[in-house]
Amino acid sequence: MKILTGNDLVSGDVIWWAGDGWSRQVGDSVDVGQSGDDLARTEEAALRVVGAYVIDATVTEDGVRPAHIKDRIRALGPTVRPDLTLKPNDADTGNWVI
Amino acid sequence: MYRYDSYDQSMVDARVEEFRDQVQRRLSGALTEDQFKPLRLMNGLYLQLHAYMLRVAIPYGTLSARQMRKLGEIAAKYDRGYGHFTTRQNLQYNWIKLADAPDILAELASVEMHAIQTSGNCIRNISSDQYAGVSPDEVTDPRPWAELLRQWSSFHPEFTYLPRKFKIAVIASDEDRAAMRLHDIGLKLVERDGRIGAEVYAGGGMGRTPMVAPLIRDFVSEDEIVSYLEACLRVYNRYGRRDNKYKARIKILVHELGVEEYKRQVEEEFAHMRTLGLNPPVEELDRIRAFFAPPAYESDLSEDIDRSDPAFALWVDRQVAAHKAPSYAIVNISLKPLTGIPGDASAEQIELVASLADQYSLDEIRVTHAQNLVLPHVKKADLYAIWQKLDEAGLAEANLDLITDIIACPGLDYCALANARSIPLAQKIAQRFANAERQAELGELKLKISGCINACGHHHAGHIGILGVDRKGVENFQLLLGGSGAGDASLGQITGPGFSEDGVVDAIEKVTDIYLAERTQGERFLDTYRRIGMKPFKEAIYG
Repeated sequence: MKILTGNDLVSGDVIWWAGDGWSRQVGDSVDVGQSGDDLARTEEAALRVVGAYVIDATVTEDGVRPAHIKDRIRALGPTVRPDLTLKPNDADTGNWVI
Repeated sequence: MYRYDSYDQSMVDARVEEFRDQVQRRLSGALTEDQFKPLRLMNGLYLQLHAYMLRVAIPYGTLSARQMRKLGEIAAKYDRGYGHFTTRQNLQYNWIKLADAPDILAELASVEMHAIQTSGNCIRNISSDQYAGVSPDEVTDPRPWAELLRQWSSFHPEFTYLPRKFKIAVIASDEDRAAMRLHDIGLKLVERDGRIGAEVYAGGGMGRTPMVAPLIRDFVSEDEIVSYLEACLRVYNRYGRRDNKYKARIKILVHELGVEEYKRQVEEEFAHMRTLGLNPPVEELDRIRAFFAPPAYESDLSEDIDRSDPAFALWVDRQVAAHKAPSYAIVNISLKPLTGIPGDASAEQIELVASLADQYSLDEIRVTHAQNLVLPHVKKADLYAIWQKLDEAGLAEANLDLITDIIACPGLDYCALANARSIPLAQKIAQRFANAERQAELGELKLKISGCINACGHHHAGHIGILGVDRKGVENFQLLLGGSGAGDASLGQITGPGFSEDGVVDAIEKVTDIYLAERTQGERFLDTYRRIGMKPFKEAIYG
């Protein structure tokens, strides 16, 4: 599947296109098919996102998983600071990106 | 320390207000990201992997307690409670909100700091020796020249859009603690026939094409350093390649022209520059120099250190260096706890170091390119009290220049350019070699990790260097041996095929085993490598 990601213009937070808006959770991502680039342009023009780009992902039993490790780290947060990730109570959360 | 005059302050204040307006226009949609990006980069604001990142300049790595305290306050108020000290003696915040950036810059300006020229194709923060002004072996204090060059290079209209970024280091000791020859230009201040001047090295650097800078002038007198550098930069600005960013650094120009031809062109330009009267008046250098006059050290103090506490004695032996005033010492504070993140300091730790500087170090702190901190003026009689406070804060690791004193870039955990994670690997290596006796047995062993070819972690200059690469979406690590950023500068050589994260830790252990087996009396790891060569290490690693 193709999913769309970028950063929130104001906060800089990593965000994912969820079909009707943006989410901080990669698991909310929807398949954007061939419409990702148009969507990125529209959303950037509306000042809701900066640096938007389309990536490959798969759906696993754990949910949506970006294909590349860099995007998995973007989705999670720094693996060396579990307290700053989206799963702060899971000390082994970094294993998800590998 | 240097203090801003009204010109410095008004320039920085004006830049804050200019950027405040630019941010407001971006948030309102009046500026597109394409228009805004170069403006935010000129103010040190990047968009990184997780958020905006702000890089704050720390000129020649020198901070007052007041400035350090402000860095901690900003970390607590605007970021997530910590900052990251970098290999350019700067500090980075990883979680900045765009709307907060102008307020942060205003807070920095209130303590005579900024983030100007910490990005972009301009002359970056001038770096220097963290022992400047206090080292017994220096010819003169290099900071007045570093400050002069800071002023010369700030907003220099001709050098704002160079072919590529440009880094300058200034030292004044035979022992190079600033990786001077791995800079675009390195200055080593020397004394010849009673006159102070500089040896000038040009065309060094790391990145994808590492080079050790050759000497291009044996002596430039102190009153002509600015115009000589102006000539060096002019030749580079005129002929440096703008068609290919990977070939745009001065090192490529010097290499392609040849050292002699580059020197010839610089000398020709210098002869012209000399007629223009561009050197600053002697009074200006004297004015700057006065800020760096040696402080009033107390005399008649005890030079003895009570070493009855073994843990304290171990720390003194490793972390404390000789000071030019006999009753004083230089304290190195490790930012490399064994399970920590190299270069990171919490807001509370930053505040503690500020307080220690206030109380014990004549208001001064230094940041090192190895991502540690220094208290430069500590009475020997105060060392035990300082150690106790550092120990309580998790800052009393005794590992300076040992295998666990690892330089590591932020890597793929934070950096959008990285291919692999540097920090978890640094932590694994530190844990493998955690035993203090084992570290001491290995002695000086500088290990440096970069998460990509850009080499922010100085892997080319590590006695052992590691480069993270992306191999079909999987992190892979190349091992290098034999690099040095010190006075005996050299570039590390790749051992062979790369490793997984665990595999490279095992390989390092094999490398250190060979060193221990082969070394002769007094040899450091680097000395043994240079004597016996790559072959025995390679055989041990790859079989």
